[in-house]
Amino acid sequence: MARLSVLPFLALLIVWEAVARSGLFTAFVLPSASTVLLRIWADGATGELFIHLGVTLYRALVGFLIAAALGILLGLIITRVALVRWFFEPIISIGFPMPKIVFLPIVTLWLGFDDTLKITMVVVDAAFPVVTATIAGVAGVEKELTWSARSLGANERQMVREVLFPAALPQIMTGLQVALPVALIVCVVAEMLTGGKGLGGAMLGASRVADSPGIFAGIVEIAVAGYVLVQGMSAIRSKVLAWHPEALPPATV
Amino acid sequence: MRVAVHYLPIVLIVIVWEAVSRFGIVPTRSLPSLTSVVNAWIELVASGEMLANAAASIWRGGAGLAIAILVGASLGIAMAWWRPLRMLVNPMVEALYPLPKSALIPVTALWLGFGDASKILLIFLACMLPVTLGAFNGARGCEHVMVWSARALGAGRLRVLWDVVVPSALPELLNGIRTALALSFILLVSSELIASRNGLGYLIGSLGEAGVYDAMFAAVLTVAFLGFISDRVFQRFSQWVLRWRA
Repeated sequence: MARLSVLPFLALLIVWEAVARSGLFTAFVLPSASTVLLRIWADGATGELFIHLGVTLYRALVGFLIAAALGILLGLIITRVALVRWFFEPIISIGFPMPKIVFLPIVTLWLGFDDTLKITMVVVDAAFPVVTATIAGVAGVEKELTWSARSLGANERQMVREVLFPAALPQIMTGLQVALPVALIVCVVAEMLTGGKGLGGAMLGASRVADSPGIFAGIVEIAVAGYVLVQGMSAIRSKVLAWHPEALPPATV
Repeated sequence: MRVAVHYLPIVLIVIVWEAVSRFGIVPTRSLPSLTSVVNAWIELVASGEMLANAAASIWRGGAGLAIAILVGASLGIAMAWWRPLRMLVNPMVEALYPLPKSALIPVTALWLGFGDASKILLIFLACMLPVTLGAFNGARGCEHVMVWSARALGAGRLRVLWDVVVPSALPELLNGIRTALALSFILLVSSELIASRNGLGYLIGSLGEAGVYDAMFAAVLTVAFLGFISDRVFQRFSQWVLRWRA
């Protein structure tokens, strides 16, 4: 499943280059693929590319990992403790469909403009799909499994760790696969909104000076980063769930 | 009563918010009290600012989404229906799908400037992918037996497309549109915050820069509420459309 297929990218690059060279658009509106690739190469040579890429990946992945840990933990607790469920259920059902990025100006008031802000925004946005997937996963665990464990004398801790969590893992992984692209989208938007280092900030800088190859270079870099992360995640899925007889392709947003 | 108990946590949060701000536990600069936010909201509505900016945003979002649904659904179903198109388009959809859509904001601004057109194009481009994929997967999942039966009963190809393939693609298509709807809010607000002269995102940005935080909170909560409500309404609509699927 985790094949890093280059074919679609190649096809896209060829179409892009052909359209750009056809003279349909000016080089400002659509710089050719080769120009943009050379630009990325140049940014790579000066090391600038790796600084921006590193900063963005750091924020997105740290935020994603915190969201994953918090989301799974909260999801498991919600299914086991009625009081916690009562408190969080309406918050999740109202918060999930909200465009949480709109709270960025408020969170900026509280946290300023640095990494904490971006990571917090990523955590808030990426946690929702993980929590809901965990809850749905646990709710879908076969009753026979929990009954058997109970009658074999499992305590609450063993029940969660050895029965519910593994049985819910396929759904939890799906939640993580939804959350990962969300993390990257939110991170890039937050960077665009606040400027500074990172791929989003670099693209914003390029658009301020109408540097169109720079903007397109940013899109390609972000696209490749997104593609590699999504494929990596589905590779992790098939590794973690090697025991599970599933044939479903990963769901992504 | 059950509804009251269900939403009590929200009420509790609101009470804590008001109390924390009232008793000066946090400065009103970082958390204006709920009452002042409500007053600011009423003022924004009364002055017409809220409605004018909301209208601009809704027009952009609605137009972009409508084109995305129209083009995306047709493209997705056509891909499932006609093999050469699938071979041509599928690799591109596959390569572009994981692209964090927010990366498109600067390009559309570069192409079309800061006005309506750049936002409509942005939302169209970003929202088309989930709709296309939903329609494609749904139409592809259409059972062959159904198609064969309809053909055997004498239905023409177009008739089969409309009466068999489209209905069976609907559940996944509607799912794709729901994803697109959520995406459209994120992109609209961010692009208006970054580069715009009106719209709700612009309103939030300009109020924030002016330091009118209670009004900024009012605008932020309005957008969040609109996002929530539109998702709920769309879900109701989906259920209504799919009511034949018991």
